[in-house]
Amino acid sequence: MAQFQKPAWLDNSLVKWVDHRLPVFTFVSHELYEYPTPRNLNYWWNFGSLAGIVLVIMIVTGITLAMHYTPHTAFAFDSVERIMRDVNYGWLIRYIHMNGGSAFFIVVYIHIFRGMYFGSYKSPREILWILGVVILLLMMATAFMGYVLPWGQMSFWGATVITNLFSALPLIGDPIVKWLWGGFVVDNPTLNRFFSLHYLLPFVIVGLVFLHLWALHMHHSNNPTGVDIKDKGKDTTPFHPYYTIKDLFGLGVLMIVFCLFVFFAPNYFGEADNYILANPLVTPPHIVPEWYFLPYYAILRAFTTDYIPYAWFLSWVMSAKLAGVLAMFGSILLLLFLPWLDRSRVRSATYRPVHRALFWVFVLNGIILGYVGGHPPEGALVAIGQWSTFYYFFHLIILLPLVSVLERTKPLPDSIAASVMKPQAAE
Amino acid sequence: MKMMKLIAVAAIATGIAASSGAALAAGDTPTPPSRQWSFTGLFGTFDRAAAQRGFQVYKNVCSACHSLNLISIRNLHGLGYNDDEIKAVAAGYQVKDGPNDDGEMFERPGRPADRFPSPFPNAKAAAAANGGAAPPDLSLITKARAGGGDSAIRVSLKHPGGYPLGVDYIYALLTGYSEKVPADFQKNWAAHHDGKPFELPDGKHFNMYFPGHAISMAPPLAEGGVEYGDGTKATVAQMASDISMFLAWTAEPELEARKNLGIKVLLFLLLLTAMLYALKRKIWSDVH
Repeated sequence: MAQFQKPAWLDNSLVKWVDHRLPVFTFVSHELYEYPTPRNLNYWWNFGSLAGIVLVIMIVTGITLAMHYTPHTAFAFDSVERIMRDVNYGWLIRYIHMNGGSAFFIVVYIHIFRGMYFGSYKSPREILWILGVVILLLMMATAFMGYVLPWGQMSFWGATVITNLFSALPLIGDPIVKWLWGGFVVDNPTLNRFFSLHYLLPFVIVGLVFLHLWALHMHHSNNPTGVDIKDKGKDTTPFHPYYTIKDLFGLGVLMIVFCLFVFFAPNYFGEADNYILANPLVTPPHIVPEWYFLPYYAILRAFTTDYIPYAWFLSWVMSAKLAGVLAMFGSILLLLFLPWLDRSRVRSATYRPVHRALFWVFVLNGIILGYVGGHPPEGALVAIGQWSTFYYFFHLIILLPLVSVLERTKPLPDSIAASVMKPQAAE
Repeated sequence: MKMMKLIAVAAIATGIAASSGAALAAGDTPTPPSRQWSFTGLFGTFDRAAAQRGFQVYKNVCSACHSLNLISIRNLHGLGYNDDEIKAVAAGYQVKDGPNDDGEMFERPGRPADRFPSPFPNAKAAAAANGGAAPPDLSLITKARAGGGDSAIRVSLKHPGGYPLGVDYIYALLTGYSEKVPADFQKNWAAHHDGKPFELPDGKHFNMYFPGHAISMAPPLAEGGVEYGDGTKATVAQMASDISMFLAWTAEPELEARKNLGIKVLLFLLLLTAMLYALKRKIWSDVH
């Protein structure tokens, strides 16, 4: 059975000398060798560490790209193409960074849905969850600004559309937009500040990731049963080597999929229009954001003047555009309150049959929103997008709290160990 | 639970099928046919002979109006030209340089390190000479049109039936001209536009695959318009195919190096991941 032992190298005299003055080695021993992790974590638990590794990949490739990139409207596009054509392995670095953005969101979305399914946001992990939502918000801001940097058509028009959203705010809207732009249109000052912030925010994310990990290590990982750790010896294993090797294997699988895209379909997630130099005089026929923003884009566009939730309840206080903007940001901010919207004492959806079915409907609804967001708002898609938008909020605000109170849950296992032991082997 | 998921998948599938059907019925620009290109697939490479013929088409036809700003003459190495041939190509151009020590701009013969010279001094001049619309630069054209650059994955939520590449569009465009608006197109158009016929504006040309069907560019390729050095018959379809191959190369000159490295990286990762899995099994054997 697993042993929670300090590693032998802690007795090395040099290690001891350093450790006495700065206890980094004790820290490593405590957080890796002696750190108890539930023994029953499934592969959905790989995605946290994967997100961390993708963040590092993004920062390393990003810093390298910044050495060759020129944040000026007259040179940005060509400097990116120079990276693609003349910098040694520049195409590789850029395609890793480009596809790394998509990989980051895929991994993080799975990580979030895992947390939602297994109730990882519940007490005492509320702050851990909230930090995660803040990281998601910062990721979105970073990704959006990064997409502007190549200064292609979608860069320019995406920046124009999204910054213009703030103009929906009454009174302060227009001044805010001008302040964001640093002028009267999206132009060189905008590109410059976006580059600056795109370089800054990832390091803020790194800081938040450390807080996220700190909060995690206070109460340890949740697990598929959602049952607390009772007996460290029976319920857990040390993080190292058990989960270091499991995470490394998961990383290998992710890298295989990731490299398939980087080397063989590098522009799969991109828009062809972004290989056209930005032109303020020519609007692309369809302005679409990157795929990871599509569900929110669908929510934004759902708010037309005849959309019933708007027409009946909001039209007398605000414009449809403002309602759409607030709904879009609200759809993410609402997640901050998830620990209190869900009243159930049972964490894992495995023991909550109704909640579990509704979880999958919620996931499906998100995919439908993404599909709608990627298409021009025509025909049946308008109504589908509006119903899906309604359901998104209905699920989180009404259905989830209600079900969490009313639902009869299945009996929980006595302990993590009991849930993984075969019945005859129960000790 | 299985049932729930099944229903979900069925719902998505129906939604996709319904929406893609709606798009076709509107009588819009048809989707270009997906052609076979030598550079697609995991081991794809550019057909050098075709791309060299394509370069000849660019030089003799396209370059009269279209620039190739991102390409240096030296880059032709990638298409299999040797140093002497490249120097000869370079010497064929006059390049504006300067200012010299007297402060004068001057013309000199091109060098391999020069970019291909633009046919017009600036975008305004290009637009003025072409009825108000500047001909686009061709360096990235196959990546910059719907379908984009080469991709091993051609299916998506947006295009569940698969999609053609940007290079397919270029080929379809170059072969999609008709002198008159075709009768069956006219019939289909009228059926979707309250019986009104499609009217081609003055100075525009009909093209089946151009969005809106009225394109400013006159049909650039004419049978025998280029005399190929290798004796290939210069039909319109042949030239269109060759120039498409050349432009696929200008857009993605790294393609061959990328795929070559990609195969090695994938083989390495498969082996590494298999070993990591074996190690994971071994380490976990005392817990399970």
